[in-house]
Amino acid sequence: MSEHLIGRPVLRKEGVAKVTGQAKYVDDLHLPGMLYGATVRNPAGRGRIRDIAFDPGVPWEEFTVVTAADIPGENYVALILHDQPFLAKGVVNHAEEPVVLIAHPDRYLVEEARRRVHITVDPLPQVFSIAKSLETDKKENIIWGEQNLFKMFHVERGDVNQAFHRAALIVEGEYETGAQEQLYIETNGMLAVANPKDGVTVWGSMQCPYYIHKALLPLFGLPHEKVRVVQCETGGGFGGKEEYPSMIAGHAALLAWKSGKPVKLIYDRAEDMVATTKRHPSRTRHRTAVARDGKLFAMEIEFNIDGGAYCTLSPVVLSRGTIHAAGPYNCPNVRIRSRALATNFPPHGAFRGFGAPQSIFALERHMNKVAAAVGLAPDEFRRRNFLHEGEQTATGQVIRERLNLQGLLARALDLSGYCAKRTQFDKSNSGSPVKQGVGFATFMHGAGFTGSGEVALKSVVTVEATRAGHVRILTASTEIGQGTNTIFSQIAAEALDLPYDQIELAQPDTAEVPNSGPTVASRTVMVVGKLVEAACVSLKQLVGAKNGDFAAAAARYFEQFGKVARASSEYQPPPGAGWNDETYQGDAYGAYAWAVYVATVSVDTRTYETRVDDFVALQEIGKVIHPVLAAGQIEGGVAQAIGFALYENCVWKDGRMANAQMTNYIMPTSADLPPIRVFFEENPYAYGPAGAKGIGELPMDGVAPAILNAVEHATGVSVNRIPMTPEILMQAMLEEKHG
Amino acid sequence: MAEIRCNVNGVGRTLNVLPMARLLDVLREQLRLTGVKEGCGEGECGACSVLIGGELANSCLVPALQADGEHITTIEGIAIDGKLDRVQQAFIEHGGAQCGICTPGMILAAISLLKRHPHPTDEEIREGLAGNLCRCTGYMRIFEAVVHAVKPA
Amino acid sequence: MRSYVPGYDLIQGTGIEHVLEMLGEYRPFAGGTDIMVLFEAGKLAHKNWINIRGLLALRGIDVTTEHVTLGPLTTYTEVRRSLILQQEFPLLCQAAEQTGGIATQNRGTIGGNIANASPAADTPPALLVYDAEVELTSSARGARWVSYCKFHRGYKQMDMAPDELLTRIRVPRRFKGWTHFYRKVGTRRAQAISKVCFAGLKRGGEVRVALGSVAPIPMLLHGANIGAIHPIDDIRSTADYRLTVARNLLEDFLKLP
Repeated sequence: MSEHLIGRPVLRKEGVAKVTGQAKYVDDLHLPGMLYGATVRNPAGRGRIRDIAFDPGVPWEEFTVVTAADIPGENYVALILHDQPFLAKGVVNHAEEPVVLIAHPDRYLVEEARRRVHITVDPLPQVFSIAKSLETDKKENIIWGEQNLFKMFHVERGDVNQAFHRAALIVEGEYETGAQEQLYIETNGMLAVANPKDGVTVWGSMQCPYYIHKALLPLFGLPHEKVRVVQCETGGGFGGKEEYPSMIAGHAALLAWKSGKPVKLIYDRAEDMVATTKRHPSRTRHRTAVARDGKLFAMEIEFNIDGGAYCTLSPVVLSRGTIHAAGPYNCPNVRIRSRALATNFPPHGAFRGFGAPQSIFALERHMNKVAAAVGLAPDEFRRRNFLHEGEQTATGQVIRERLNLQGLLARALDLSGYCAKRTQFDKSNSGSPVKQGVGFATFMHGAGFTGSGEVALKSVVTVEATRAGHVRILTASTEIGQGTNTIFSQIAAEALDLPYDQIELAQPDTAEVPNSGPTVASRTVMVVGKLVEAACVSLKQLVGAKNGDFAAAAARYFEQFGKVARASSEYQPPPGAGWNDETYQGDAYGAYAWAVYVATVSVDTRTYETRVDDFVALQEIGKVIHPVLAAGQIEGGVAQAIGFALYENCVWKDGRMANAQMTNYIMPTSADLPPIRVFFEENPYAYGPAGAKGIGELPMDGVAPAILNAVEHATGVSVNRIPMTPEILMQAMLEEKHG
Repeated sequence: MAEIRCNVNGVGRTLNVLPMARLLDVLREQLRLTGVKEGCGEGECGACSVLIGGELANSCLVPALQADGEHITTIEGIAIDGKLDRVQQAFIEHGGAQCGICTPGMILAAISLLKRHPHPTDEEIREGLAGNLCRCTGYMRIFEAVVHAVKPA
Repeated sequence: MRSYVPGYDLIQGTGIEHVLEMLGEYRPFAGGTDIMVLFEAGKLAHKNWINIRGLLALRGIDVTTEHVTLGPLTTYTEVRRSLILQQEFPLLCQAAEQTGGIATQNRGTIGGNIANASPAADTPPALLVYDAEVELTSSARGARWVSYCKFHRGYKQMDMAPDELLTRIRVPRRFKGWTHFYRKVGTRRAQAISKVCFAGLKRGGEVRVALGSVAPIPMLLHGANIGAIHPIDDIRSTADYRLTVARNLLEDFLKLP
């Protein structure tokens, strides 16, 4: 008999391999005869390629060189639209766009040769801001399609126009967020073997093996079974290894296809930063009608994100940002209009939170502004407007779970000493050059794909009993540090009544595992974990196991049928869930995690530096499966979000990242972070494994507004743009001072 | 090419190297010690940390020639006969490793910290690990692992 | 690695004489914490280097009644740990503590910090306020001492001939009892390149202030006159910010007892 495993801090499955340096990441693999690949990129901005020249003095005959003309199949990265080429042909749409691939056995010579390929580009007009991308009346500003528009959404609830006519008070605000680099510490990389006879195999760092599989099929014009994608140990993803690895896999495979040799293509840090995706910059405008008693009456929200030069995942990022834009409040009249716009930056892409951190930043800064306008404290204002069980979100989703945001807020404020700090800082700040402040944000994050997304995905998980009586879990869900291996093992062990160490995990390999969907959207535990649980229940039934005798039953099954027992489960939506893709109304997500985050900061008015002194993160997440991993997820997310709020500034020069080094793109070190104090509340979700909901993205959402709300408390200065670098705060403080 | 002699994880080695090759590449490619990771290639992230003469160093910033005559320890030289060091054990138990890519360097930084400060304060831990970047954990579990590594069992 | 590694040479310096002989064609390679960064980025123009890291004669800290003298290969870690420096030249220790992480401090040297001539380096402002001198030696002309405040002449330009080696750095022991003030302003607490670096000394009405990252070279002010600094906008910060913060820190420093 196993003890109960859910809620216990069992040891991470691949922990020993990681602490001893034995875990194999893609750059640790080596195949005989392997070539090193490199990507030659657009040295200019948007334009027409006039010439590609290869310097003499390089032994080009020893190189494999690939251009768009060498592509055996279709030259697009299959995702949502087919607008992004693997290799630019004729036109380039952004800086650093891939144009030529080269490979050679000598890795030093490849670098030297990369410098000796010269791409000449005749420039075309470019667009580098949301504002300019919207000015489509000027013909030169149109750089994608007819209107620079990848996607737009319109959510409408109640009678917004009428509400604004009757409003007692209208409060407006504009909020901006910048691009953010995922900065996983393992850079992107792929190793490929490819030839017409055997097809294509790639090994690499990735979140979504089947996304890559889908992208390689048209690139080579191969049938499913001729393409194989294998995930190696992956050194962090955070969304940054959701879609871009398809590009790199394609490149490595094209070089392997042409050379007939294995090709390894590893980005160095500078290339990874300058060429791959970042968080979408955003601009949000709020217009809010509020009654004299502080009740929200109407919200009009315009949410725009900068998608960069190709569509990639922008429509889905926009969708999540849109749905989260009105937050956990009960407002009878809501209009949200949102757009994902084309610019000539390298495409922006998936990054933890996926649009929600952007729109929630705007909302939670704006709610403080509205509160002030009606003369209420930020906490009292929210108390009057929180959603309750039975009420509806902006998309008309009825909250069917027990929801107590009042209680969550009260506990978070209590844990952080919010009220006492507010009073104390108000006194102590005058006369001190270092001003302290405290602020909070209340928010939610929906887990799993939006709306009908999970139904469309039809995820499948398989489990099988091994001859030794162990159980092996087969999924395409990747371990990228967040704990997939461990959590799935706990869920399976619990369901099968087996010891934790008798659960094994198949390496995600499309030749072996079913498609359990991408490892994104906080869906791994809640959605795929539930499938693991269901498959285990089926497996148990299949072998006829009763409690505690799974191994014996599996052995009997093998003897009787001469094969190992296997069971699968496929996604079924929770009963009664409905979603309308046209009106964007209905049950946007199966479940939400709910949170209140409180930041305590100090601002040095001599250097304009903001330091977070204490951080309380309280959330209701259904059920905690693994307390150490869950807290680790929240802490890591909070740390990234502190970077998003204060430090991480992408400096752009003509559409190219100018600070693409870890020295100049500043992520927090161990010396920069406050104690991050994490607290959970549990309210089991009926359709999650053991009641669990998703938490991966949640901690990214509420941190930045909590910090800027605290900075406003500390300084009296309202900054509505992140990253709020000291330079930006200085400007705001000096403007405030001089009027 | 230059010939260098050094001791790596207790084994004497004579190596033919390009004198300016990064120690990082020599360890990873010539000796296949792939536990040494490259995160940034500019001495900023600490993923390539090794101990040289017992002191923490970024192997991406050390040219191979400077390894001549040195004792070098990589993560592969930390567990002895399969028995994990107390720091490694604490990292597993307290959630100090997530994606694992910073982990080898972080563990070496922690070991070097504990050599200098056998009972480090919170400040000393933060400072001692500040040259090793981690994007997953927010460092809290790493601090906890270090604290527990020095606690009597 | 963006450089063509086989195209570079690094030879072992066997002694000071040997190094001096080779200088010109070869350049000295010490801790490598700056050179290797350029090398990896494919931006290291000079190809031939001579390793001086093993030269014992260039290490160590000597104390006489007049001066504290540092070998240029003294690492940041050694600077931090030095008792005499902690007692009499604490700004040097603070600067060393705030340079990079532990790994960088173990390999990076004070001589390298000087000769790399970055305007954003952390120790130069401290050396300037302590009225440091540097000794330069060539095989042809022997040794000469140069006042450090005259050593940097323009962006990455120094009063140092290609055949000269930085052989010693000394600071006069006359700042005991002064108020010492150091503040490095980077974008984060550790591992940051400074946006403004401030070192100040005062006693009675006497004030010595030096700043880093606000001009093409580290600047020693005339008294407390900040008019001479001309910061620039770059990827790390803005001219406005640097100037305002430098002023604020100066004001703060002048208020100190």
